[in-house]
Amino acid sequence: MYSYTEFDNNFNQNRVDQFRSQVTRRIDGSLTEDEFKPLRLMNGLYLQLHAYMLRVAIPYGTLNSQKMYQLAIIADKYDRGYGHFTTRQNIQYNWPKLKDVPDILQDLANVEMHAVQTSGNCIRNVTADHFAGASTDEIEDPRPTAELIRQWSTDHPEFSFLGRKFKIAITGSPNDRAVTKAHDIGLRMVRNNKNEPGYEVIIGGGLGRTPMIGKVLRSFLPRKDILPYLESVMQIYNMLGRRDNKYKARIKITVHEHGINKICDLVEERFIIQRSSFGGFDQKLLIKLEKAFAAPIYINEPIDSYNKSYQSDPLFRSFVDTNLSEHKNLNYSIVSISLKKHGQTPGDATSQQMRMMANLAKKYGHDELRISHEQNVILPHVHKSNLYKVFNELKSVELDTANIGLISDIIACPGMDYCALATARSIPIAQQIAMRFNQLKLENDIGEIKIKISGCINACGHHHIGHIGILGLDRAGVENYQITLGGNSTQNTAIGKSLGPGFSYTEIIPAIEKIIYTYLDIRSSNDETFLETFNRVGLTPFKKIVYTPSEIINKSTATFANNNNESFASQEIK
Amino acid sequence: MNVIVTDNGFESDTWSNIFLTLDKLLLINPKSTNKFSLDVPNTTDPKELAPLFACISLIRIAFLNSTDGRGFTLASHLRLLGYKGRLRAQGHVLADQYTMARRCGYDEIEISIELADRQPEKQWLSRSDWKSNCYINQLKQLA
Repeated sequence: MYSYTEFDNNFNQNRVDQFRSQVTRRIDGSLTEDEFKPLRLMNGLYLQLHAYMLRVAIPYGTLNSQKMYQLAIIADKYDRGYGHFTTRQNIQYNWPKLKDVPDILQDLANVEMHAVQTSGNCIRNVTADHFAGASTDEIEDPRPTAELIRQWSTDHPEFSFLGRKFKIAITGSPNDRAVTKAHDIGLRMVRNNKNEPGYEVIIGGGLGRTPMIGKVLRSFLPRKDILPYLESVMQIYNMLGRRDNKYKARIKITVHEHGINKICDLVEERFIIQRSSFGGFDQKLLIKLEKAFAAPIYINEPIDSYNKSYQSDPLFRSFVDTNLSEHKNLNYSIVSISLKKHGQTPGDATSQQMRMMANLAKKYGHDELRISHEQNVILPHVHKSNLYKVFNELKSVELDTANIGLISDIIACPGMDYCALATARSIPIAQQIAMRFNQLKLENDIGEIKIKISGCINACGHHHIGHIGILGLDRAGVENYQITLGGNSTQNTAIGKSLGPGFSYTEIIPAIEKIIYTYLDIRSSNDETFLETFNRVGLTPFKKIVYTPSEIINKSTATFANNNNESFASQEIK
Repeated sequence: MNVIVTDNGFESDTWSNIFLTLDKLLLINPKSTNKFSLDVPNTTDPKELAPLFACISLIRIAFLNSTDGRGFTLASHLRLLGYKGRLRAQGHVLADQYTMARRCGYDEIEISIELADRQPEKQWLSRSDWKSNCYINQLKQLA
């Protein structure tokens, strides 16, 4: 993992001191509220519905036990004993006081962390595949490039006052777990036909009120050109992007209005000049960063005990089958820790849970943790001989929920419970869906499905790219929830299609239930996932059931439920 | 009278040349022996100015609002295209943006008396060490 250099530490300390003085200068009137706002935002400080909210960066979602431990301490010392992990691999504290914020930033700086550029109209915290460096399908670890981009974008003098926020994501695997096509810039690490390393550069993706899938700007960019090329894209955006309308200011609109070909010409023209401004230090640094992110020194132990526990403990078996992913070292696993226990706020972790995750990383995980954009925590390197111990310790703090990738593993934005922009509640919807399907004991039968919920049109909950997307709106003072189906956040990115008229707060859970029952009813086999079924049959069968009055379908649903129970029973007998 | 901010703090404006707009300058059909001062908005295409560099001694770029960062990219582009003359940012630039302006190639900032009163010299001087703690300068060094 990357450790700060003296340069990084000096920068970070200087930044804390600057923010402390900015708070003082706001109070003494040197800065007006309008002037202070972008400055506090680029230090992660929002004004929310009830209080300030501080968003702390976890660059490319990677951290160690010391950092996680410090996040727990901050939650206890300055907040209400918990934090909320976000879809951009950050953590948010919901109740800090303005006067404490400089001290929180100092505590973060002490462990090589910060809240720089987690908000504001600047280049935001760069995100990456949460399985980076561990997964079997990776071409290359994206984190050295991500760290290079972090350094390049940090306090970039040209790009701190852009027309709008700017998000960059990178993946080193063809199986995209970083949602690169829904970012302002998405980078996919690829090889050309001479097997040389480089990047496919995608621009203009984004969700929000105008969802767009990113377009390829350059299908192969040699590795050495990454920073001057990114700089060229940013310059074209900074000068050409609209500033007359906040909702048309993202680069996706710039690309849409000018066309990808024109943007491409402008960028390439600019790139020729821009390349001359780099002297080679960046590439030397990249080689150092690659060493910093080298694989851990794996241990070699027998794994008989793991196999034994797998056979003997059904809860462990369920955890293994659901929450583990293949590691590139056959004797290791990637452990996803669910922050989605049924009925809880997706993405929230208590300080006690954070401490436990820190301890487990230190004891059994080569001191590494990741935050996923799906709002879970990952132990990327756990030797199989330690899995049962990890599971049991997780269980002691209620972090053993075996639901990764299932219907209760929901992405939800904070919604009207916290957010000043929200038009509806998201968290209670997520909680109720999780509780309902847990009660029906259908989760495992339904299998892989991604539900994503946003409490307003800004789409922080990624609803457009959920297999089932739920968007909460305000219709004349009443919450109204619209459903989209068929969205996809992987390399096959797709925007979900609208099912039809929305549902009230009390109608939405039954509507989701009908959709799920329809899927179970019409899937071609138990192996056909919800998304596969949807892609095969389209909206019509779902529409038909959902908008048919309940009394008419009650009977058929009951029949299905009975059949389903029978099939469960027969499975158990077998 | 506006205040000029440099690395040394506040100074009064001693520049006595008249500022022309680009249109006016083009009408004059200038020769490289003349030295003109130019006023441009932050939406100017730097390529239009490039042929005139030899006859310009000062370019003043307007900052109508401190949240509009186009003037930073414009300055950096002018420098990369080879402009060696004086570069001045004028208008709503905050003390907090001084380092950014310097790093993008500005030599000085011209601010109103009102802003200078509200953000006194000390606040600007605290940002005058623009060469340290700069990621982008480090990354652009020679290998």
